[in-house]
Amino acid sequence: MEHVLKQDTHVAHHFSDAEQQRDSAKLGMWIFLITEVLLFSGLFTAYAVYRAWHPETFINAHKFLNVGLGTLNTVVLITSSVTIALGIRSIQVNRRKQAIGLFIATLVLAAAFLVVKYFEYSHKTHLGQLPGKYYTFTGIEGTDPQVFFSVYFLLTGLHGLHIVFGMAAITWILIRTINNEFSPEYFTPAENVGLYWHLVDLIWIFLFPLLYLIG
Amino acid sequence: MTQAISDSVSYLDEPKGIKSWLFTLDHKRIGILYMWSIMVFFFIGGMMALIVRTELLAPEQILVSADAYNQLFTLHGAIMIFLFIIPGIPAILGNYVLPLMIGAKDVAFPRLNLASWYVYIIGSLFAIYSLFSGAVDTGWTFYTPYSTQTSTSVTAMTLGAFILGFSSIFTGINFIVTIHKLRAPGMTWFKMPLFVWASYATAVIQVLATPVLGITLLLLIFERVFGIGIFDPALGGDPVLYQHFFWFYSHPAVYIMILPGMGIISEVITVFSRKKIFGYTAIAYSSLGIALVSFLVWGHHMFTSGQSELAAMIFSFLTFLVGIPSGIKMFNWVATMYKGSISFESPMLYTLSFLFLFAIGGFTGIMLGALSLDVHLHDTYFVVAHFHYVMMGGTVMAFLAGVHYWWPKIWGRMYNEKLARISAALLFIGFNMTFFTQFILGTKGMPRRYYSYLDQYQPLHAFSSYGSFIIGIAFFIMGYYLIHAIFKGQRVGKNPWGALTLEWTTTSPPPPHNFEQTPVVTDGPYDYDRIMIVGDERVYKDGPEEGKEIAKEVDSESKK
Amino acid sequence: MNTNDIFLPAAKSTIASEVDALFSFVFIASILFFVLVIGGALYFIIRYRRRKGDGYTPDYSHNTKLEVVWTVIPTILVFVIFFWSFKTYLKMQVAPKDAIQIKATGQKWFWQFDYPEGASSTGELIVPRGKPVQVLLSSRDVIHSFYVPNFRVKMDALPNRYTMAWFEATETGEYDLFCAEYCGTGHSKMLAKVRVVEPEEYQRWLQSNNSLPEDMAMDQYGAQLYKTKACVTCHTNDGAPGTGPSFLGLFGRTENLQDGSTVTVDENYLRESILNPQAKVVHGFQPVMPTYTGILKDKEIDALVMYIKSLKKE
Repeated sequence: MEHVLKQDTHVAHHFSDAEQQRDSAKLGMWIFLITEVLLFSGLFTAYAVYRAWHPETFINAHKFLNVGLGTLNTVVLITSSVTIALGIRSIQVNRRKQAIGLFIATLVLAAAFLVVKYFEYSHKTHLGQLPGKYYTFTGIEGTDPQVFFSVYFLLTGLHGLHIVFGMAAITWILIRTINNEFSPEYFTPAENVGLYWHLVDLIWIFLFPLLYLIG
Repeated sequence: MTQAISDSVSYLDEPKGIKSWLFTLDHKRIGILYMWSIMVFFFIGGMMALIVRTELLAPEQILVSADAYNQLFTLHGAIMIFLFIIPGIPAILGNYVLPLMIGAKDVAFPRLNLASWYVYIIGSLFAIYSLFSGAVDTGWTFYTPYSTQTSTSVTAMTLGAFILGFSSIFTGINFIVTIHKLRAPGMTWFKMPLFVWASYATAVIQVLATPVLGITLLLLIFERVFGIGIFDPALGGDPVLYQHFFWFYSHPAVYIMILPGMGIISEVITVFSRKKIFGYTAIAYSSLGIALVSFLVWGHHMFTSGQSELAAMIFSFLTFLVGIPSGIKMFNWVATMYKGSISFESPMLYTLSFLFLFAIGGFTGIMLGALSLDVHLHDTYFVVAHFHYVMMGGTVMAFLAGVHYWWPKIWGRMYNEKLARISAALLFIGFNMTFFTQFILGTKGMPRRYYSYLDQYQPLHAFSSYGSFIIGIAFFIMGYYLIHAIFKGQRVGKNPWGALTLEWTTTSPPPPHNFEQTPVVTDGPYDYDRIMIVGDERVYKDGPEEGKEIAKEVDSESKK
Repeated sequence: MNTNDIFLPAAKSTIASEVDALFSFVFIASILFFVLVIGGALYFIIRYRRRKGDGYTPDYSHNTKLEVVWTVIPTILVFVIFFWSFKTYLKMQVAPKDAIQIKATGQKWFWQFDYPEGASSTGELIVPRGKPVQVLLSSRDVIHSFYVPNFRVKMDALPNRYTMAWFEATETGEYDLFCAEYCGTGHSKMLAKVRVVEPEEYQRWLQSNNSLPEDMAMDQYGAQLYKTKACVTCHTNDGAPGTGPSFLGLFGRTENLQDGSTVTVDENYLRESILNPQAKVVHGFQPVMPTYTGILKDKEIDALVMYIKSLKKE
């Protein structure tokens, strides 16, 4: 009975019922995810263009990326996608405590990803493998190696920014779960954050081979 | 019209206070917030255009220096494009009438809608900051490497445009979801008014194209601030890649600007012809068709940038392809008037202006799409004239048709029709003087973005400038009577034009939640063959009261 | 009636007439369709204007035949235009094999032209009549665009790659050459002339180009270079303000520099400012001047210095 009451308070005046509201939110989220894909597609295009122009440079430069750390981060992110999916599942079957635990696990994994990224970035900064005019490294053969690092930093940087936004969103649904605002009938925000997190994960799955595993 | 004043509370009156407006979730109020803010920028952009035209009266300096001139035409373009014409119809009129037209109480995400207005304001603040911190002198296209080298305030302006992109995306998401999920019972896809179809197609482009502009401008900012070398040739980048990125958004953006205008034309022309629209499905689908093909024609802005012949050929071919649906729409609108019952109130006058000017814009677009002609005409005044015929003769005329058409619905009051007709006529004359002249300047070889020019172009430039002053006068008259109407205009009833779409079934101005009861739709939006409006009520031809007789009687009375 | 005379500048290249023919075709087709559509609309609004007692209107919202006709005919027409224009465009893109090669370099805000056999010119492109000329374009800074309306030729000059345009002039004379891609303060002053001369005269000019005219004083030669090397774009010689300081009364004056120090304008300062313009920029002006290293020979710099010295305030 209590669930029903809760559910009704979540239906805004301009929706006729909870189902219409949930459908709308989900459709809106999917459209938003499309815009995210297109945002990254611009950078992927830049990647494709410069790799087509300087294939040698890209192959030589990518050897300076740490495949081990990249693989580690791939595993970390895939695991975090699993934990958030399980967390949402826990809400659906009304296991609030379990959901809280899983959301916290997701946050920890996301933070771990950023820590690994931090080590990679600082190593490159140290060597001068930096974008554009800050590039001072001399050990890479081929034309314009700095462009590879521009593309690398832009892609991973924008992706890292999305990880940070995702962590904020996960924190938000974590707090709402703690406050018992979700129920098996109403969990749309958690579901949408989950979708977003899967997309961030998916983008990394493209980034990893394109940057770390060339040739 | 002597319709009694409605008893119900209007969205304008309740709740009261500045705060109730700034935190409103009502799509109608958000539409009005947008209207005031967008109009401020339309005014600023317009004044800049007048200074530019004044400067061009003579080949050498009259008012401003070369640098100031370069900033003025850049700001005119950037403000008109990013702050006026892209958000214009969707955010003002779309926000206001789209939910009403489909019988919804609001858009799907009212908070996102309000957020989009605040994002618009933040973006515009960056633009204003740029204006006062060195302005921009790159042209509104921000072509690299000029834009990465100039000392003017390009970063602030592009950041502003980047932020405005989010506002556009929010509106787009809202419209798509609203149209999919919030239609009133009985409002099937093919009972939707064509303005809704057009807004839907527009929203699709907003959602798909704007993110690419976002990343492009972000890269440009990074280029300036950090020297990342994606577009800067000195660092191994490619300036032409910027042009590809930029036009991948900015050509579809042209359709963000024109499609909703076409939607308005479909509404107004049916209402004032009392006629079912000709080729409803053709118009509806051609909007979507235009939206999709518009993503594949960006390269026609770059026929002289040294791209390959093959690329040029493909882009030229697709450009012609995207022109055909627009042409078909023209035929449909004209055919709609056939055997209609046409009246000439100001919304219709603007619509007729639109048909005339948009036709010219279309034909000159064919010329520019033709490869060998474009080589001569590219980056001349011909292009300037062409896009003003499409953007101002097309979109702005349609916008004004919509503003005059829905003004009584928005405020519950009517403007001075006589002044409206005068300003419509002045605008038409002034517009053609200004911009038709520029076609000739262009074909004669006058390049665009020129501060000074050779003496042989002087008479045409001067004539063009005089025309622009007439445009200025027309807009001042319009501003006067429209604002006057808000406070002193004569009150109108639900349906002053006798239209059949849902927004005219509620009071003028509407109550906060749009309708007293959720409407149930049974009639089509343009069924003038079997419905007519008599004293705000629908009289059916095959109805029990023998509608036709009654209708004739009342109609001839109302003419007295 | 020839509409092209009203709209287009005189056609002076071999390709121009082909371009103009298509222009006429599109123009006339457009007029016909415009009359059809707008004439139709005008007829309807008069014929079907609202009259007293109008009731319901007929349901006339489909006519398959009509719709097919007004879709197919314009489609055929634009296909014709497409193929026609593409054919001419291809001709514009592929220069004849025997074309004379001239290198054109755009730079803020003038054009420099380098000819075979080492000749060069600035602000004026000299070409022979009746011979195909291929212009290899590039830019030293931002994007420029090489545009000669009389020849119907236009091509962007890019900083990181070469582009190409070609034309064959049909008549001798002087024609305007514009920069058509916006390039900053002096964009509208980035003008040049194309001087089409008889082939023999072209050859003679190529021979004589490198040497200082014997009967000319140094400052007179400088005055000539002042115009041909495009100093005039930014520096006036009458004291009026420009993008850079006016040359009138410049020599011997003490100028305030941007960094707060001062400099007295002497021969060495002038030479430095020509070769390394950003070194000492006068207060109140933008550091926008390009270097003339590699463009001016020593003797030409000497002549310019002499010329500037000669411009004394009365």
